[in-house]
Amino acid sequence: MGIISRGFHGRSRDGDVKLPPGQYLTHDFPVLSAGPTPRVPLERWEFTVTTEAGQVHRWSWQDILALPSVTPTVDLHCVTKWSKLGTNWQGVSLDVLLADVETAADYALVHSYGGYTTNLPLEDLLDGQAWIAYRYDGEDLMPEHGGPARLLVPHLYLWKSAKWVRGIQLLLEDEPGFWETAGYHNYGDPWREQRYQGD
Amino acid sequence: MTERDDAYRDGNSLAGPLSEIFAVDVTAAGGRCAHCGLTGPVATMRVYGSAEAMVGRCPGCEEVMMRLVRGPDAAWLDLRGTVTLRIPLPPD
Ligand SMILES: [Zn+2]
Repeated sequence: MGIISRGFHGRSRDGDVKLPPGQYLTHDFPVLSAGPTPRVPLERWEFTVTTEAGQVHRWSWQDILALPSVTPTVDLHCVTKWSKLGTNWQGVSLDVLLADVETAADYALVHSYGGYTTNLPLEDLLDGQAWIAYRYDGEDLMPEHGGPARLLVPHLYLWKSAKWVRGIQLLLEDEPGFWETAGYHNYGDPWREQRYQGD
Repeated sequence: MTERDDAYRDGNSLAGPLSEIFAVDVTAAGGRCAHCGLTGPVATMRVYGSAEAMVGRCPGCEEVMMRLVRGPDAAWLDLRGTVTLRIPLPPD
């Protein structure tokens, strides 16, 4: 990423805040969905990691809550051009969930309740960059924001932070997801303004 | 919240974006859902998303029939959820 200076773009009128190119600052939390909001009863909710060998690791809602959680404060950048800074979450790091998973995969395809998918390199889920988040701003995560739990991977555009997350499939070959097959950029780095294919 | 969470618009909201791509009014075309086979005018789809990225879903089974992404200099139209579009034309 070294070519582009992070400090150079998009100084907002809101003060001395640095935003990725083409983004504007918002203080509310717009809701954008590709379909109806799935309602998943917690007793039936589960999160899975499936390896390229077909091995399935499974967590119930109770299992997830029992894992050590963290409270990241992160900036969100939506491809529809709004950015929201300093959002407070609680969830489990993917480093914890993937710690005992044996894999040679380089890619991940994230699946949601309701059928949504999104892809990203596995390394973007590791090293404190991604969480399964179940609380926002001190409250249980509302269904319209992806509750009971969503992926949070804030260094990429928000469509990668799959709402209503159900599982992660680890893959040897990249497999584009719901928007990535329909014109959105395969990687989606907001600081390089990777909105559409070819950006 | 700025939007009701289950809010969708009907397929007539596709008229503008699709008229940029097609010379005919596609909302009047009959689309057949690849998932459940339901056939009906594009105007009866349930449309989710934003102006930049619209999802048209079957009013019968809610599966995706159409994705339309509008970038600054291109549009992407994904119709894999639609078996056919029957486009009414004036008789020869
Ligand atoms: Zn259908």
